[in-house]
Amino acid sequence: MSTTQNEWPLWEVFVRSKSGLDHKHCGSLHAPDSAMAVQMAREVYTRRQEGVSIWVVKSEHIVASDPGEKGQLFDPADDKVYRHPTFYKLPSSVDHM
Amino acid sequence: MKLSNTLEQRYLLRIADAALILSQRNSEWCGHGPILEEDLALANLALDLLGQARALLTHAGAADGLDEDQLAMLRLEHQFLNPVLFELPHAADGRKPGDFAFTVLRNTLTAVWFTLLWTRLQASSDTEVAAIAAKAVKESRYHLQHSGDWCVRLGDGTADSHARMQAALERIWPYVDELFQADAVDAAAEASGLGPSWASLRGEWRAQAEALLARATLALPKDRPNAHGGRLGVHSEHLGHLLSELQYLQRAYPGGTW
Repeated sequence: MSTTQNEWPLWEVFVRSKSGLDHKHCGSLHAPDSAMAVQMAREVYTRRQEGVSIWVVKSEHIVASDPGEKGQLFDPADDKVYRHPTFYKLPSSVDHM
Repeated sequence: MKLSNTLEQRYLLRIADAALILSQRNSEWCGHGPILEEDLALANLALDLLGQARALLTHAGAADGLDEDQLAMLRLEHQFLNPVLFELPHAADGRKPGDFAFTVLRNTLTAVWFTLLWTRLQASSDTEVAAIAAKAVKESRYHLQHSGDWCVRLGDGTADSHARMQAALERIWPYVDELFQADAVDAAAEASGLGPSWASLRGEWRAQAEALLARATLALPKDRPNAHGGRLGVHSEHLGHLLSELQYLQRAYPGGTW
């Protein structure tokens, strides 16, 4: 079966708002290839001085966790309070940490 | 409207009007772009050009006590000094929004020209012009990258896209020569250090344009320049229609603001 590809692939866009901060996911767009995807991301997502750096990645390359498995993946962490540093009492000789 | 029409003012108006009129043309794509992302890109590009035009119009009108709005909205057709290339409609038959191939090629070839011009204007003896150029050159470099990218993709694309790009190039080519004709306005600017004579940009423009068109696998048309006098205020039939849209609000409601 031969199919003609008429739709451009989808890309996820990550923008870093300031030097030193992380790139944050801000949306997606269609573009024929990576170079054009960066340009289009600049046009669509940084028009109002939102960023100093852009990453794009093909959406198909992102492997996501299954929302249906949310319970078994994340709920077990609910009752593990001892994994947080706030669970532990600091010795009084340590004033601030 | 009375303008002093000094050589210096005309030099500045030629550049300001080229930016203003091309901005208006590109803004015709707003809401009609081939894809959402490019629709925004063209609107961004038009806004950059508008910003450049505003800065130069403000500066060019100061000596006559005229502001940017008066110059843009109240001048008559023959008082606009942009080369004819900038006012041509996107489609040969005038249908809107138009021929995307033509849009891409004109934006590419004029971005090469603007980039050369702004680069040289950064060294202008007029410090305000130099400051405007320093900001504008970054914008035109991006325009060149973006439009040039499309130019290569579509020229070196499918048989259909190649044919459309070649046809657009044939339409544009006769109008290019006007960007490089020397005259008294040019000579005075060069002599005073206000800016380069446009004629002096020809060689470098040609080299860059030829390299880009070669990458786009487009054949260079024969040089058969039309005699155009846009820079002297003698325009094609298209500018009047463009201005009737651009100036409509100020003509219908004089002095109207919001």
